[in-house]
Amino acid sequence: MNGIHISKREDLPKKRETVIRILAVILSIVCAGLVIWILGYNPIRVFPSMISGALGTEIRLQQTILKAIPLIVTSLGILVAFKMKFWNIGGEGQIIMGALAASYVALNMDGLPKGILLSLMALAAMIAGGLWAFIPAFFKAKMGVNETIFTLMLNYIAIKYVTYLQYGPWKSPESQGFPKVATFSDNAVLPKLFGIHIGWLIALLLVVIVYIFINHTKKGFEISVVGESRETARYAGMNIATIILIAMFISGGLCGLTGMIQASAVEKTLSANLSGGYGFTAIITAWLARLNAIAVLFVCIAFAILLQGGAYIQISMQIPAAVADMMQGIILFFVLGSEFFLQYKVNLAGSFRKAKEVA
Amino acid sequence: MEPVKAIEMRGITKTFGAIHANQDVDLTVYNGEIHALLGENGAGKSTLMNMLSGIYRQDNGSIVIYGKEVHFTSPKDSIAIGIGMIHQHFKLVDVMTAKENIILGKGKGLFTKNKNLAKEIKEISDRYGLDVNPEKKVYNMSVGEKQTLEIIKVLYRGAKILILDEPTAVLTPQEIKRLFQILRNMREQGCAVVIITHKLNEVMEISDRITVLRKGKTIGTVKTSEVQVPALIEMMVGKKVDLEIKKEKMPIPKKPLLEVDNLYVLNHDHKLALEEISFSLYEGEILGIAGVAGSGQKEICETIAGLTRAERGRIFFEGENIIGKSPRDIIRLGIRMGFIPEDRLGMGLVGSMDIVHNLVLKDYQNQPGVFLKRGPCEVKAKAIVNRLDIQTPGIHFPVKKLSGGNIQKVLLGREIDSNPKVLITAYPVRGLDIGASYKIYDLLNEQKSKGVGVLFIGEDLDVLMDLCDRIMVFCIGKIAGIVNPDEVTKEEIGLMMTGGKEVSLS
Repeated sequence: MNGIHISKREDLPKKRETVIRILAVILSIVCAGLVIWILGYNPIRVFPSMISGALGTEIRLQQTILKAIPLIVTSLGILVAFKMKFWNIGGEGQIIMGALAASYVALNMDGLPKGILLSLMALAAMIAGGLWAFIPAFFKAKMGVNETIFTLMLNYIAIKYVTYLQYGPWKSPESQGFPKVATFSDNAVLPKLFGIHIGWLIALLLVVIVYIFINHTKKGFEISVVGESRETARYAGMNIATIILIAMFISGGLCGLTGMIQASAVEKTLSANLSGGYGFTAIITAWLARLNAIAVLFVCIAFAILLQGGAYIQISMQIPAAVADMMQGIILFFVLGSEFFLQYKVNLAGSFRKAKEVA
Repeated sequence: MEPVKAIEMRGITKTFGAIHANQDVDLTVYNGEIHALLGENGAGKSTLMNMLSGIYRQDNGSIVIYGKEVHFTSPKDSIAIGIGMIHQHFKLVDVMTAKENIILGKGKGLFTKNKNLAKEIKEISDRYGLDVNPEKKVYNMSVGEKQTLEIIKVLYRGAKILILDEPTAVLTPQEIKRLFQILRNMREQGCAVVIITHKLNEVMEISDRITVLRKGKTIGTVKTSEVQVPALIEMMVGKKVDLEIKKEKMPIPKKPLLEVDNLYVLNHDHKLALEEISFSLYEGEILGIAGVAGSGQKEICETIAGLTRAERGRIFFEGENIIGKSPRDIIRLGIRMGFIPEDRLGMGLVGSMDIVHNLVLKDYQNQPGVFLKRGPCEVKAKAIVNRLDIQTPGIHFPVKKLSGGNIQKVLLGREIDSNPKVLITAYPVRGLDIGASYKIYDLLNEQKSKGVGVLFIGEDLDVLMDLCDRIMVFCIGKIAGIVNPDEVTKEEIGLMMTGGKEVSLS
């Protein structure tokens, strides 16, 4: 058997690139449709239903945007770290720690005027999230400790600590025995603008800010250089340890802010599952956006549509949650898989040769 | 008696994307012949040989070995038929002994049978005049020994056709002599040897016939005895090239720019990489550093540039001690020193960024404020592209996609642009073709005539002797001597590099 030969592509024309990407999306829909059909549902009804479930009415659209907001903010945080090739897998933990700090402020200082209280919560959340990311960054910068495992493990510490608070010291006496932290006062809840909490405005602002930070500031340039080559950074006189610490503080700070937004506007309290997996999903979206802040916005909205549509068909068509997850998985598989075909060419050289010789 | 055709490659074509690495290439090598494959970088030499050793497959054309057409699908097929390739970068396991490396990947069983091995190794060694201690660990070996081991390894696997990719690049003159003796022995035994190189004097010395490739095409095959060097160069480059390196003597009263005083530097393993290093670099001179690879060349450059901490000693730049200063300090203090590191894309430049951003790299530290200013660097980038004739689709083109020569021009252009007084260059022509190399020599000479002190780390002794005013010879982290190239021979420098010990020519 001669097998297949894989070689790296050089300079793929833009047109081919677009064709491959669109093909991947179409194939993923066909494949997901096939799975739905095998399971006994009608794919021709399921897909439009997903779209209408995500965008069909004002409330559904709001739900989609509510899912997009934390995804965008977290993705921006992940982006800053990934730009430096610092694999921050600790978004979840940083979100939780941010929520924890915001909740502490919300529960203990709710006498303050709303504007000041919310600003304090946001500030506390960013510092807490930032510090949670600062710990692995410190060990990476000073001792070269692997950040992937470190950030991942810190997730569990953060989640378990908040669980402990929820079941123990912070348990609300009014919750009639339920392990629940007290609900925030109205003062500590983000206000709404056009029917949705103003997190969307924050997310949009942050997209612009992060874009400018990465592309147009000296610090952003340093982060990119450190990500490309540490030796070059050293050669150019950059202080690599400081850059790692600052970038990770910003990365964790943004994730922490997600925690504040979710705690304040969505949950209106602190809970151990408020991070909702965004810390992990954001890794995918940041990557799909090719670490470009503007692209993050669009990728996250698309992803939110997928999440919301998936949730909708569970209710409207009685499709099990697992099937919706599976569809997400299939779509991701194709979209991420297409990246491979964008970078490499696959030749079925062996079989071609055989055919030629026979002829 | 008609000689046996060991290799016959006909009409070989291989493309990578839009690049024609090989186009209709023919190559015939006979048994009992040393055949040189000559060509500039990117001429397609390595691609051709990689097809012969089963790493690539040709798109078109046929390979005939000992009269039988073959279709390799992996290096295993190629080894099985008796082709052995010695790569430029040795593929040995450092922590294992010579013997273990030889049987690695060969035995079928779980355990290694040592009974006959020692005998077989000895047999092979005796037949070809190779000499390696089978019990010696690879990390204790010199480059020459490692190469010998690589050769034994492929011979042990039954190779009758030996391909060597740039085998002399890292060897001392003595080791080269020894290698050539081994190759001659192999020729006597009827093996076919293909040697890939771009060093012309070696080609003339060792080969029987020469095939020249240029831009992926066969230019021709000639008998070594019937050809002159200039004709070969014309075949390689496609035009006549003046191969003279100018060396102008500078006026006598010289001012030291850089003085290194009793420098000690540790390497990563906390062992001494540099010991008792003291020398001066004067204005308007090119001071060469010769030495076996890994003799402290990298460390001396990086210590002067502030990248590596010195254990002891002082470095004066125009009378001011700069030891302990970081690259950041050096940039901020306006110390006019340029550094062309050995690893261009890994240290000197950011490969994925364009020319402008690679200029920003050295410039942004002195910019005020938080925001990055690209404007001045865009102007500079255009100027450098024009002045050094850099072939690029534009100033916003990732530097790693440029050719090696153009990458080096970007790096050198940036360093020269800051009007340095001292220019440190580590292997500045490594991997460059003849034209680009001479352009670099010209640029260095231009700097010298401006009064810049140039430290030139080189590997080709011929070039070092032609270009440098003085040559400092390193031997295991110490200065073995500073010589005037007009007064010594290449062999003497070679001896100094290896600590004065004569390498036995067995």
